[in-house]
Amino acid sequence: MIVYLVIGLLAGLLAGLTGLAGGMLFIPALIVFEDFGQVEAQATSLAAILPVALVGAWRQWGYGNVRPRDALQLGLLAVGGVAGGVAVANAIPERALEITFGTLMLVVAAQLAWRARRAPEPQPRAPEPKPRPPAPSHGRGRAGG
Amino acid sequence: MHLIRGPGEEDAAVRARPLRLAVIGTLAGAYCGLLGLGGTTVIAPLLVLWLGYGQREALGTALAAVVPIAAAAAAIQGAAYDNVDLGLAVVFGVPGVVTVFVGVALQQRISERVVSLMFATVLVAVGLGLLIP
Repeated sequence: MIVYLVIGLLAGLLAGLTGLAGGMLFIPALIVFEDFGQVEAQATSLAAILPVALVGAWRQWGYGNVRPRDALQLGLLAVGGVAGGVAVANAIPERALEITFGTLMLVVAAQLAWRARRAPEPQPRAPEPKPRPPAPSHGRGRAGG
Repeated sequence: MHLIRGPGEEDAAVRARPLRLAVIGTLAGAYCGLLGLGGTTVIAPLLVLWLGYGQREALGTALAAVVPIAAAAAAIQGAAYDNVDLGLAVVFGVPGVVTVFVGVALQQRISERVVSLMFATVLVAVGLGLLIP
């Protein structure tokens, strides 16, 4: 049970830092420690992700990092995509899907890293604008300076 | 994606936006249906690369989009197939609610570039996890 607690805590921290809601930790843990099958592990993991994603999204929204309309549109379209995904999953060998998505991840990671390396720090909606220091008052400053 | 666009290119980008959102959403749903993962790893990078989101904004919006995806997928799996162990979902999910506060707060204090590189590292880990049997 302690292990589960640690995994849960770690998943929350990762979700906050990287947006990864925890499935990559929950699914293997459920398979290894609870002897779940792949499908049951995935289903339970999706339910476990829910509170983490909900609170994480709420906090990110507080920092101005969520575009709610886009998020809703993506979420609703994705729900339709789930049905398509399940149909495809039954038609194509699982290994082929893993290779396809795995390769996609690596390509996208390389693109992101390349952009981050060469782009000047892009902060279109920086959440923490530092308050400007008060203009130095000339003449009537503190005595002794 | 260029920072400076001509007026025609700007129009094209605006027109392409709903289509791109639709493709990202469908792809994320398919990913979730296939692999049982929420979809942040698909949504966030494509928001950055296709729609010009900042990395933090992409991760926040992706996490918000995961909520309906995970809710629908878990509800279907639970109600129709009885595949969800709700007790274990609570045991795994609830501790994360505490630390996600810390994670999000920390993320705001890190430069956007580092957030981007951290996310790229996570993508490599997930990608290798899928490729290596």
